[in-house]
Parts: sequence; structure tokens; C-alpha cells
Amino acid sequence: MRLLDRFGRATADFFEYAGGVTLLGAETISFMARLRIRVAETISQCALLGVQSVVIVMLTALFTGMVISLESAQQAVSYGLGSFVGGAVAYGSVRELGPMLTAVVVAGRVGSAIAAELGSMVVTEQIEALRSMGLQPARFLVVPRFLALLLMLPLLTIFADVVSILGGMWVAQTYAHISYDSFISSVRQSIDFSDVVKGVLKSFVFAAIIALVGAYQGLSTRGGAAGVGQSVTSAVVLAIILIFASNFVLSFLLFG
Amino acid sequence: MIDRTRPKLIARMEDVTLAFGERLVLDKCTLEIVEGAITCIIGLSGAGKSTILRLLDGLLLPAAGHIYVRGQDICHMSEEQRNDVRQKISLSFQFAALLDSLTVGENVALPLREHTRLSEGEIRRAVIDALDSVGLTEAYDNLPGELSGGMLKRAGFARAIVTRPELVLYDEPTTGLDPIVTNLITDTILKLREKLNGTAVVISHDLPSIFAMADYVAMLFEGAIIAYDTADRIRNSSNPIVAQFLQGSEVGPIPI
Repeated sequence: MRLLDRFGRATADFFEYAGGVTLLGAETISFMARLRIRVAETISQCALLGVQSVVIVMLTALFTGMVISLESAQQAVSYGLGSFVGGAVAYGSVRELGPMLTAVVVAGRVGSAIAAELGSMVVTEQIEALRSMGLQPARFLVVPRFLALLLMLPLLTIFADVVSILGGMWVAQTYAHISYDSFISSVRQSIDFSDVVKGVLKSFVFAAIIALVGAYQGLSTRGGAAGVGQSVTSAVVLAIILIFASNFVLSFLLFG
Repeated sequence: MIDRTRPKLIARMEDVTLAFGERLVLDKCTLEIVEGAITCIIGLSGAGKSTILRLLDGLLLPAAGHIYVRGQDICHMSEEQRNDVRQKISLSFQFAALLDSLTVGENVALPLREHTRLSEGEIRRAVIDALDSVGLTEAYDNLPGELSGGMLKRAGFARAIVTRPELVLYDEPTTGLDPIVTNLITDTILKLREKLNGTAVVISHDLPSIFAMADYVAMLFEGAIIAYDTADRIRNSSNPIVAQFLQGSEVGPIPI
């Protein structure tokens, strides 16, 4: 009986959460469709959420490209397949690791920041003050962050793809003596423009997940500092799980 | 209990019932707010006084009962219609609830920027006028984090009055302040009532401050208004609960 009760509660919580995020998303998109956008705040969020993530995304992409190249180059050269290393790095980076790792890094950095900021605003009554002034928190706070991530995450993903391939190319040349020409030629043979577009398409979905999960967690914060901490943790964990799950679905749909 | 021969009402709560979880906060609570008067609500901590302000502002909706503002039942309105009503009401929060990413000037300007078509010059003049009313023009460019408790409260007042609302709701404006700043805040509320020629509802525990500014006093006890009258009559009330509360005595019908 207790097990059934727990299962029932968990199911209700899941649907309440999913419904809440969906409603917040619908409200946000509805404001965007009516062009009720705070342009200056959106630009400021682009800088805060996007530009300031460049370094961490660059480092993550660089080392990812380098390690794929290192692992694949050693094996490939020993079997006389050195000319395929560029393809392996580009294939992995552009289709999967570029979009996904960028999203995971941004979820950790930006999703947590959104949840912490909005959560702090809830516990200090700033959200209630906005509502009291007749301002909708979704339009005032969520739309700029949502739009900024929709604009910046695809750009960060393209940047990560390029950095990852460059890192891989350097390692391939340094450790396996694979020439830049051979590496680039392999990249060209293994991926085309549609792969880049599909990777970028994924990043739009990931951006929506990070912004909405972070904002929903922040806005549903209860209690004081402990509540904010809990919201931040949940925002990051849930966003990362949803990124991995949706990446599988998107890969199946786009590349399957 | 409520004398219906009193002057015109700006707001009225009628048989309002509200519970948070299993805790019944208001139980068929009725309260009338007289236009042009300062009504103070007194009661024990956690009695539900701040909840009444949030109900009057439409931030909370009752489980049962009606809340009329200017004759319109705000419980049966869409959120957009309630936002229109909120243009006539301002809530000044206990801890000011200024947006900490905006300067004091930007905070005070916010409702004007969002709800009016005034030019930037007109907004600036209105903001300076509101800040001048609370003696805080020098804090125009300061961030909320740079202000003292008393200054924060006055900045919150400035934001509340900048749209010249018909009804201002003050949530514990003197809590946590020294006697000198408490007097300053009390004088400011009186001055603002004169300036706006409007109505105020004040929640406070500070009895000297209450009797210095109140036209009417209502006492909330166990979810209902058990006494409502002019400040002088409440001060000399024979109601044992009111008398015990005003004396701050441990002996009497109020359970400790």
C-alpha cells in the first residue's frame, strides 16, 4: 500500500513538473510571438549567458577534440588508417559531442545561474513585487534568458565544433604525424553541411531545455537559502538528464 | 461589527477563507477599507495580516469569499484584468523587494516604463518627485545593496507611489528599524497619504506608530477580524483580546 502511495505521488509530481515546465514554455513562446521582448535585457543576457561561456566551452571542446584524436590516431596509424583520423574527430564532434558537451557545460554554468538568480528573487519577494506591479515574470525574466540561449547556444556549438576539430588536427599532426592536408581532406569526406545543421538544430532544443528547466526551478523555489541551493542542483541535474535523453531521440530522428 | 454608515469604501473583503495546506489562515474574514483613510491591521505574528494585503492586491486568491476593489470582484477576473486593477493599488513590501540588478532610480521608474507611454524625461521627473517625497533623491543611482534598512523601505515606498495609486498597502513598514527611523517612516506614510490624497492599509506591530497614523484599526485574531473601529475606540476597547494585545500582557484570553 505504501509502495502504491509512493508511486502515485511520484507520478503526480512528475506530471505536475512536466506540466509546469510546458506551461512556462508556452507562456514564454507566446510573449515572443507577440514580440513582447525586452531587447536591451536580451542583449545583456546574451553577453552574460553566452559570451561569458566562450572560454569554458572552448576548453571543453579543445580537450575533447584532442583526446578523440589521440585515441583514434594511435589505433588508426597502427592499422595504416591515419587518413581517417580527421573524419573520426569531425564525425564525433559535429554530430554528437559538440552540441551535447556544449549544452552540458552551459547547463552547468548558465542553467545553475538562472535557477539561482530567479530562486533568490523568489525568496526576497522580488518576483512577487513584479507581479504586484502587474508585470509577468515570464515576460520580464524568462523571455530574455530563453531568447539569449536560443541565440547563443547554436553559436557556441559551431564554435565548439571548430575548436574541437582544430585541437584534434594539432594532436594528429604532433603525435601521429598526420598532415594537416590529410586531416582536412578526411574531415571533408566524413561530414557535410547537413551534419553541421543537424548538430545546430539539436542545440536549439538543448537551449530551450536549459532555459526552461533553470527558470522553472528558480521560480518554484520555496524556503530560503537552502531552497535556492536545492533549485540550483535540481536545475543542473534535470537539464543534463534531459539533454542526454533528448540527444538520443534527436540523433535517432536526424541521423537514424 | 462593521458600521455600514461609514463613508465610501475602496475595498472590501467578504467572508474570505484561505488555507495554506491544512493550516486555516483566514476563516470567513470580512474587512472594509474606507477611502481616504489609513487602516492599520494588528494581530499576532503569523496571524495572516500580510496575507490580507496579498489578497487585496490579487497576489493570492481565496478558497471562498469575495474581494471587491472599487466594486469589482477581483477573485473572478482573468490575470490580465487583475493587472489592470493593480494599476490602482501598490504594495510596499516588508523588505522593499527592490530588484537588486537595477539602481534605485530604475526600480522606481519600472512601473512607469512598463505601463505608461511617458518620455524618459517625464519618467525621470516623476521618479525624482517620488524619491523626493521620501527624502531619498540622493540615492537615485545607488544599487539597493548599498542602502540601509530604512532607506530601502523608503525606496520601496517611492516605487509604490510613483504611479499615484489610489490604494497603498504597507507590509510591516517599521519592523526592524530604530525609533528615529520608525518615526521618519510613520511621518513619510502620513505625508504620502496627504500627497496622494489616497488610501493606505498598514500592517504593523509598532503600536505608537499605529496610533500616530491610523484612522481605523482592525484586529485579526484566529482567522477573523474581531475588532474594527476608529483608532481612539480601539485604544480604549473593552474587548479582552484587543486589550490584552495592546497591553502586551501574557495574561488573558490570547493563548501564548
